[in-house]
Amino acid sequence: MRVMAQVAMVMNLDKCIGCHTCSVTCKQAWTNRTGMEYVWFNNVETRPGQGYPRRYEDQEKWQGGWVLNKRGALKLKNGGRFKKLAHIFSNPKLPEIKDYYEPWTYDYKNLTDAPLGDDYPVAEPRSLITGKPMKIEWSSNWDDNLAGAVEHGPQDPMVEKVREQAAEKVKFAFEQTFMFYLPRICEHCLNPACVASCPSGAMYKRNEDGIVLVDQDRCRGWRQCVTGCPYKKVYFNHSTGKAEKCTMCYPRVEVGLPTVCSETCVGRLRYLGVILYDADKVTEAASTKDDKALYEAQLGVFLDPDDPEVQRAAEAADIPYDWMEAARRSPVRALISKYKVALPLHPEYRTMPMVWYIPPLSPVVDALTETGHDGEDADNLFGAIDTLRIPLEYLAEIFTAGDIAPVRSSLNKLAAMRSHMRAINLGDVPDHTIADSVGMSAQEIEEMYRLLAIAKYEDRYVIPTAAVGDAKALEESAVPDTCSLDHEGGPGMGGDGPFGQDSGSGKKQLPLVSIENFHAARKRQTSDEEPADVREQQ
Amino acid sequence: MNTLLWGVLPYVAVALLIAGTFWRFKYDKFGWTTRSSQVYESKLLNIASPMFHYGLLFVLVGHLMGLFIPESWTDKVGMDEHLYHQMSLYGGTAAGVLAVLGIALLLYRRRTNTPVFKATTANDKVMYLVLLAAIVMGMWAKLTNSSPSHGYDYRLTIAPWARSLFTLQPDVDKMVGVPLTYQIHAVIGLLLFALIPFTRLVHMFSAPVQYLFRPYVVYRSRDETQLGSRKERPGWERTKS
Repeated sequence: MRVMAQVAMVMNLDKCIGCHTCSVTCKQAWTNRTGMEYVWFNNVETRPGQGYPRRYEDQEKWQGGWVLNKRGALKLKNGGRFKKLAHIFSNPKLPEIKDYYEPWTYDYKNLTDAPLGDDYPVAEPRSLITGKPMKIEWSSNWDDNLAGAVEHGPQDPMVEKVREQAAEKVKFAFEQTFMFYLPRICEHCLNPACVASCPSGAMYKRNEDGIVLVDQDRCRGWRQCVTGCPYKKVYFNHSTGKAEKCTMCYPRVEVGLPTVCSETCVGRLRYLGVILYDADKVTEAASTKDDKALYEAQLGVFLDPDDPEVQRAAEAADIPYDWMEAARRSPVRALISKYKVALPLHPEYRTMPMVWYIPPLSPVVDALTETGHDGEDADNLFGAIDTLRIPLEYLAEIFTAGDIAPVRSSLNKLAAMRSHMRAINLGDVPDHTIADSVGMSAQEIEEMYRLLAIAKYEDRYVIPTAAVGDAKALEESAVPDTCSLDHEGGPGMGGDGPFGQDSGSGKKQLPLVSIENFHAARKRQTSDEEPADVREQQ
Repeated sequence: MNTLLWGVLPYVAVALLIAGTFWRFKYDKFGWTTRSSQVYESKLLNIASPMFHYGLLFVLVGHLMGLFIPESWTDKVGMDEHLYHQMSLYGGTAAGVLAVLGIALLLYRRRTNTPVFKATTANDKVMYLVLLAAIVMGMWAKLTNSSPSHGYDYRLTIAPWARSLFTLQPDVDKMVGVPLTYQIHAVIGLLLFALIPFTRLVHMFSAPVQYLFRPYVVYRSRDETQLGSRKERPGWERTKS
């Protein structure tokens, strides 16, 4: 057993309102640079829809992820090592910028500089790639809220798959349509195909927290990672000629703060926490023959931090105590392994993704209520799940390689939770058969309810800091070993430190963390009281 | 003049190549990339780029054979000058044509595709000029000095000179009387060597052969010595906000 820790995420799709706040704040923080205009480390897709980049799930075209070879061993879908090197001079499967979208700005200057005339001056769109006037025809969320669904919806690769089996299940007629939002970031997979595709060895998975990163000094721009990633979450910076990707906001996670997308999520639907897994079992689990068994296989890789044997192995593997503690309290582990309501995104890509999703139930309740039934009655709900507006088959294509059982089980648990909690809210005695029917105890249901409905900041984000493990190193680094003035730019030049241009003047070498600030910030962010009350308490 | 061109220039070029590469590696790892333009345009690149690169690799093999396998060795295995010439003429021309066609297509693409052209720096333009000149002059030298049955035997003049460079006693006299086209090709070639570390051509040194031998998934630990932000480095522009 080789115990490793992974910072993982779960998103509760029921709560996503598709506001794109996560995308926008992520873009502000990470990709508002030349060369990265078209890049969204975090994007929110309306499903059914083509996604970003267009039809990225069509692996017959884009060749991402892993497949099993004739001997049943894992092989990159885009070809083995020799094939990759033979294709190094051009990557035939690389998406072009136009497959994402051509980024643009507007010619705002014309609004003020246009000569006097009869017409209002307009700000025409200008391509950020060519600088020429362009016609805006696509973007990262062009089919947002099913815009143009009649035209674009059928092109969703997952819709195509479902229709092969049950043509009448997916409809785009206005009265019969359905949709939900799917926020996506890098999956920080346990068996990352991008890392395996990188010829230079520039991409790596961090030992401490499992975050997958690109070493910008080692990347040589061969672009194989872009193809390797089946989720198309590695991007090519066309200005620097290097690959870039979601960093799981590691500078924040290292000091115990949630990622920007989680922090700013309006619906508070994201959960962050540690999961322990057995690194020795990953390859075996990813090589599971049956696509539909991959979900269970991945669950089998995760380790229980309460198991004494795991604890001993973790100690041997130098996993700090606070990480073990975090693994025990991990909301992510609870949703994935304990309640089994969260499901992986496309396990059939065999990358063992680590950003999981709780499938959406809300449309069922609404649909039921509209038909005059009691939307929160257990019997009605259970019956309705199989005739969902969002067909189970479609959800299953996304989350469980087409196996309906885990999706139904997850939705049944959510439905049971609603009925159970409604009874409690109305002062009735909850019917224990409801909990029994989904294989949970009343207590478990109530705990799950707490986690899903009212979990506070510190319950949603249980992130051990890298700093505690490295407290000593941190103390030392707090005192810069060089004069803060003797760097590029010279005395008084100032510049962007970790705290932005205005924090301190010219102290670029400040370490990223200051322990007091961290705790103060955390208190401020997590307290439910008015700031005035906080002041009184102190 | 002869001493300068054939006794001094090669060493200057190689010194620049080595020192420049070392310097680039030390100070500009971030800029060390292929700077691929494939995300702008893929169709033409998928044909032209492999054509050019494979062509050039064959050309390289041809040069290594021509310059560093002495005529006496090929004679010993029973390959006479005529046979060698045939091989060099047809094989070399085929490789050269591949490379020339490839680079012609790449240049056409670079000029006509707006995003690709906009991504072309002055550095790139100089590099393309020298690279194209070297390839074209090479083809010209070979083809104007050859007929199907007989060709200029550079293995008696240029090759011994090239080998003598490694003994640090350059046999400058061997280059006297070599056809002018060959001489120009050699000088441009040396110039190209000197340019490599300072242009995007450096990517040739990161041919990822190690990919064949390493495990698929790479694990790395956080750099304990690197907490907080690091010093600014070349190429890391500030964000404009």
